[in-house]
Amino acid sequence: MRLPVLLAALVAVATCTETFVGHQVLRVVPQSHEELQKVQELQDLEHLQLDFWLAPRGLGLPVDIRVPFPSVQAVKAHLEASGVSYSIMIEDVQALLDEEQVEMLRSSRQLPLDTDTFNYEAYHTIDEIYNFMDMLVAENPNLVSKLEIGRSTENRPLYVLKFSTGGTNRPAIWIDTGIHSREWVTQASGVWFAKKIVQDHANNEGVASILKTMDIFLEIVTNPDGFAFTHTTNRLWRKTRSKHSGSICVGVDPNRNWDAGFGEAGASGNPCTETYQGPYPNSEPEVKSIVDFVKSHGNIKAFVSIHSYSQLLLYPYGYTTTPAPDQQELHEVSAKAVAALSSLYGTQYKYGSIITTIYRASGTTVDWTYNQGIKYSFTFELRDTGRYGFLLPAKQILPTAEETWLALKVIMEHARDNAY
Amino acid sequence: DIDDVGHKYYLELELEDVLDKDRAVSCTAEVLYPLGSRTSAPDVQLTVQGELRSTEEADKEFYNRIRSLEKELVAENIPDSHGNVPPELEPIHLLAWVASGYVSWQNSTENTKFHLAQVKHVKQVKRSDEDLQFDYVLLLHEMVSQELLPWEVTVLWHPQHGARVSQ
Repeated sequence: MRLPVLLAALVAVATCTETFVGHQVLRVVPQSHEELQKVQELQDLEHLQLDFWLAPRGLGLPVDIRVPFPSVQAVKAHLEASGVSYSIMIEDVQALLDEEQVEMLRSSRQLPLDTDTFNYEAYHTIDEIYNFMDMLVAENPNLVSKLEIGRSTENRPLYVLKFSTGGTNRPAIWIDTGIHSREWVTQASGVWFAKKIVQDHANNEGVASILKTMDIFLEIVTNPDGFAFTHTTNRLWRKTRSKHSGSICVGVDPNRNWDAGFGEAGASGNPCTETYQGPYPNSEPEVKSIVDFVKSHGNIKAFVSIHSYSQLLLYPYGYTTTPAPDQQELHEVSAKAVAALSSLYGTQYKYGSIITTIYRASGTTVDWTYNQGIKYSFTFELRDTGRYGFLLPAKQILPTAEETWLALKVIMEHARDNAY
Repeated sequence: DIDDVGHKYYLELELEDVLDKDRAVSCTAEVLYPLGSRTSAPDVQLTVQGELRSTEEADKEFYNRIRSLEKELVAENIPDSHGNVPPELEPIHLLAWVASGYVSWQNSTENTKFHLAQVKHVKQVKRSDEDLQFDYVLLLHEMVSQELLPWEVTVLWHPQHGARVSQ
């Protein structure tokens, strides 16, 4: 009879599989000498295999006992029969141990448990950012939802966060980051913007007033295939990862693929170049999904596409020198936005139309959105001006996001106060 | 416009010391971009009005440190993906900027804008004379085309003789 038990014990020891399934931790606070004595009696019952985490010390002092599963009924019966009250501190010790294991693994890999422990001052992988989005939605289900607007060439989901306090198809603001995958400070800023919107709303400050009448859409990883590639293979990859027939070269410049001056000067027809426009407008699913979204929404009033680097705030056009009809207003808004940005850390920005300020570029995002009637169409080029360029040190993420947010607020407030 | 010759630009510049933000030195420059399809470097005449900060001590410390290395210095990806530059590699990074300035100048037209994107690889080559030699593979970012152009450059440097670049 004893042999199987001995064998089992040996096996358990050999494989380190001591288990605490069903073990409970009970707490007794003896109020009288009789109660204290009843508890002390338990200590002598060796066969119960009780483990006193807090031994009996005196009246009014807690006694904590880990009770193995086979003894639980007996111990409870003993206490109840003597009229000694107890509480169950831990229902199942193994469950708690399992949870702790998970948490320990998480913290050793530094996985955040929520958006408050997320590290905004570091660059993250696509999985970490997608996990962040899910946590944000889970923590704020009444404000934030996640929309899948399409799939990338490599079949990665294209996610947009929607921030809304209600209404139906309210006038909206769109912000995208990471359309060029190597511009890492933009995705990192996008993550910070998402959290900031939630915080402002909770504290009823900042953009809370905007959310009363408008929705905000935020696409953080606009080019997920490119972004994954910058992590695994080439940190300085810019384009999508599509393969179009007739070339060994990969990728289309998603900021030359829009249907505004498509294929004209300011883009390249050579698939092996960084500004390759693609075989036709919206050939890239990353672009087409936004086009479809904007058209079907029909009520977007401001559209901001964020890039780095150069420290510029730009408005249409890039494909033509003809000034945009709203040039003057856009210029004034830009001046105000840049002033707000600079007020925080003194970062200097230039502003103007794309073609006069940076270079001729055709098929760009905001030229298309502007021609769709979205008057407040802007492109940012964030920090820096070339010292680190795309490889901006992580410690600049926070100041960059903070100052950019001030400029974004100017644009959002203007859109709210100048309905059209 | 200068007929049959090219385009001349007259510039007034402020040189800001990256390592000492409060210091700025004024300069004037004349840049002549030559006409024609023959690509040759623009002609540059520069006048510095004021004094550049002395870096004698730091130069000496760096020179002695590299000279006393047992194994030749080798490094890659400066800055790394997260923008980090280890402090002991900062002078290597700065020297790379000097080299990239030379390459940019040699390849500039009125429609280019170059920045050093990253030092892909650098290898020290020990020499029998007094110079330090570093063989670089630099990645230059060209703003208009958005291309990243790899360039192999060799830099010779000495505290008193300064930097000399050969391609």
